[in-house]
Amino acid sequence: MSGFEPRIVAFLCRWCASAGADLAGTNRLAYPPNAIPIRVNCSGRVEPQWVVEALKAGADGVLIGGCHPGDCHYVAGNYKARRRVYLLRKVLAELGIEPERVRLEWVSATEGARFAQVMSDFVAELKRLGPLHGNGGPK
Amino acid sequence: MPETRPRLGVFVCHCGKNIAGTVDVAKVAEIASRFPGVVYATHHEYMCSDPGQALLKRAIKEHRLTGVVVAACSPTMHEETFRRAAEEAGLNPYLLEIANIREQVSWVHSGPAATEKAVRVVRAIAEKVRGNRPLRPAEVGVTRRALVVGGGIAGIQAALDIANAGFEVILVERSPSIGGHMAQLSETFPTLDCSQCILTPKMVEVARHPRIRILAYSEVEEVSGFVGNYRVRIRKKPTYVDPAKCNLCGECAKVCPVRVPNEFDRGLSLRAAIYIPFPQAVPSTYTLDARNCLGLLPLCCGKCAEVCEAKAIDFDMHEEILEEEVGAIVLATGYELYPKEAMAEYGYGTVPDVIDGLEFERLLSASGPTRGEIRRPSDGKIPKEVVFIQCSGSRDPEHHKPYCSKICCMYTAKHALLYRHAVPDGQAYVFYIDIRAGGKDYEEFVNRAMAEERILYIRGKVAKVFREGEKVVVWGVDTLTGRRVEVRADLVVLAQAMVPSPGTEELARKLRVACGGEGFLKEAHPKLRPLEALTAGVFLAGAAQGPKDIPESVAQASGAAAKVVALLSQPKLAHAPEVAEVAEELCSGCGICAPQCPYGAIAVDEVARVNEVLCEGCGTCVAACPSGALTFRNVEDEQVLRMVRAALAEVEGVGV
Repeated sequence: MSGFEPRIVAFLCRWCASAGADLAGTNRLAYPPNAIPIRVNCSGRVEPQWVVEALKAGADGVLIGGCHPGDCHYVAGNYKARRRVYLLRKVLAELGIEPERVRLEWVSATEGARFAQVMSDFVAELKRLGPLHGNGGPK
Repeated sequence: MPETRPRLGVFVCHCGKNIAGTVDVAKVAEIASRFPGVVYATHHEYMCSDPGQALLKRAIKEHRLTGVVVAACSPTMHEETFRRAAEEAGLNPYLLEIANIREQVSWVHSGPAATEKAVRVVRAIAEKVRGNRPLRPAEVGVTRRALVVGGGIAGIQAALDIANAGFEVILVERSPSIGGHMAQLSETFPTLDCSQCILTPKMVEVARHPRIRILAYSEVEEVSGFVGNYRVRIRKKPTYVDPAKCNLCGECAKVCPVRVPNEFDRGLSLRAAIYIPFPQAVPSTYTLDARNCLGLLPLCCGKCAEVCEAKAIDFDMHEEILEEEVGAIVLATGYELYPKEAMAEYGYGTVPDVIDGLEFERLLSASGPTRGEIRRPSDGKIPKEVVFIQCSGSRDPEHHKPYCSKICCMYTAKHALLYRHAVPDGQAYVFYIDIRAGGKDYEEFVNRAMAEERILYIRGKVAKVFREGEKVVVWGVDTLTGRRVEVRADLVVLAQAMVPSPGTEELARKLRVACGGEGFLKEAHPKLRPLEALTAGVFLAGAAQGPKDIPESVAQASGAAAKVVALLSQPKLAHAPEVAEVAEELCSGCGICAPQCPYGAIAVDEVARVNEVLCEGCGTCVAACPSGALTFRNVEDEQVLRMVRAALAEVEGVGV
C-alpha cells in the first residue's frame, strides 16, 4: 500500500478554510498535494450529493472546511454543514464506506498551520484506510 | 449567452518565480489548451501587470472568448483586477474565474506533483467557467436617512457627524436622556476634563440639530429590509409628561411620595417616580416612571398633576409604535459593568462599602449624591483608607470574564488621584495584575498618580473582601515580595469588567448581527473592517463592540458615521449577483428553505422567492432544497459536479 496516493476533493469555504489554505501558502507551510480545493462561499452550500458524487468519481476522501462554530460569515451555515455531514457519514457507514473518508474541519483564516496539519492528517488517515473500494486500487 | 459553444481562454501566470519556480507553467498552458472548450491558452510572467492585462484584453477580443481562467494567485488578490480588465474588453466579468495555483499549489508543493495539481485546479475552474452565465449586479435605491441606536458619546458623535454631512438621523435612546455613562463620570483621564462640561455641549448640539430627531425612552422593536432600505419599528414608551409644556420647575418631584433608587447615581441616592435623570438631560423634560408611580393606578395619587402649573402631565399618554425607513444603522448601545453580585470573593455586592467604579464616579461628581465629597455609603464617613481593585471580573477566564476591560487601569489611577486630591490625608492602595496604559499620555498619567500622589500600587490579586465591624478587610498577595497583604480599609472600589449593555444580544438578533462569545457586537473583520457589522448597512460604534475608552469610542463613531455617509451618498447600491434563485416550475412551496436563511431573504407563498438584494449568497438554502428548485448562480450543482470530475480525472503528460 506504500505507493498509494489518495485523491481528495476539498470543499473550502471562502471566508475561513480557503483563506486559511491561502495563509498556509503565504507562510510556505508544505503539505501533501493530494487534495484539489474547490472554493465555495460557505460550508453550508456543500450538498451531501456532491460528496457522494466525488466518492463515486474516484475520490478516496472528501474534506469540507468551514469556519469555527460561532464564526460563520453567514451566521450559521457551518452548523447546517455539521448536521448534514453527521447524517451523511451515517448513511455512508450503512453503505460500507468508512465514514472517516468524509471529514468536516473548522479552519479559520488565521490558521494556516492548522490547515496544513489537517491536510497531512487526512492524507495519512486515507493512506491507512487504503483506496476506496471499487476505485481500482492503487495507481 | 453570447455563443452556444464556449470559447475559453486560459492564462497561466508565472508570478515571477513564485509559481514558475515550482510549477511547469508552459506545460500547464499546453495541457490546458486541450481542455474541452478551450480555444486559447498561454502563460505570462506577470498577468497582473499592465502588459499581462493587455494580453488578456487582446486575447478576449481576438479569440472572441466567452470565458476566461486566470491561473494565478488567490482570488482574494486579483479577481477584481482581472474581472475589470475582462469587462473593459467587453466580456461580462462574471465569466472570468481565478484558479489559485500560487497560495494553494506552488507555495506549498514541489516537484511534478505541484504541476499535476495545478493542471487539476485549472481544469476544475475551466469547467466552472464553462457553466457560468453572464450576470449583472442588482441595483437598489437608498433611503437617505440613518438610524443611530444608543445615545451615549458614541451614538451622539455618530449622529452629529452624519447630520452635519447633510443626512437626517433618528437617534434612539432607551433611557429618558441621551448622554450615556459619560454623563455620569466626574472627570476624564488623562486630562482630568470635567466629563459633563465636555459632553453637555454635544448633547445640546444634538437637541438643537435640525436634522436629528431624538427618540428617548424608546427601543428598537423590529428591523426588516436590507442595506439602503431598512424598515424599523420603534416602541416609544410613554413619559406621561409633555416635553413641550414641561418647564422643569421640579414641583412634581417634590410632591411625589415615592422614593426609589436613582439609576443615574447608581442607587446611591433616591429619586421620585417623576424625575429628570440629571439637570442637563436631553430631551430636557421630566419623565414619569410608570412602574413606580402610584397615580397610574386609578386615582391613588395624582399629586404631581395637581401642582404642575404647566399642565404638562398626562396620565392618559400611551405607548406609540413608530415606523421609520432608514438606509443605514449605527449600533452604539454601549456597556454596563459586570454586576458586583457575581463576585463571591468580594462579598456578592452585599457589603455596602464595596462599590464599583461608576458608583465611585458618582461620589466624585460635584453633581452626585454627596456633592463631590467622598463619603462612604454605609455611614457617610470620609474614608481614610481606600482600596482599589483592578481586573475585578476581568482577565479571569476560570471564574469571570477572560478579556481585559481596557479602561480600568486608567480610571483606577484617576480615581486614586482624585481621591487623594479630595482627601489629602487619605491613603489609596491599588491592587493590579499589570498596568496597561497604552494610549496618548496614558503612561505618564499613571506614573504621575504613582509618584506625585504616593498611591501604593500592589502587584497581586485580592483573594477576599469581607466586612469586620466598621472596616472592610481586604486580603491579598503582593506577588513582587511574595507576602500576604491585609488592608483594613474604609472603602473598596472594584474596577468591574465591562460587559455589553443588557439587551445587546436581543437587538443583534433583530438585526441579524453576530455577537462574539462574550456578547459584544461582532465586527465584519477584526482588523480591516472594524466599523462594520457583517450585515451590510449596519455599523458599530463604541463599547458595544468591545471595551474601549472615550477617545476610541468617539473615533470609531466618527469612522462609522463616515461609512454611513459614504453609503447614503451613493445614487444606487450594487449587490453582488452571485446569489440563490428559484426555478419556480420545480418549487413545490414546501418552505424548507426559508428557515435556513439567516437573512430572511426567502419568502414562501405558492412557491419560494428569493429577494436577491437580501441574499448574501451563502447557499445554505440551495443545499437544503429537496426538489432542486433552488439554484445558486454560477455555482450550480451541475457545475460543481463537473468540477469534481475534472479535479479527479487522470492527468496525462506531467510525468508524476
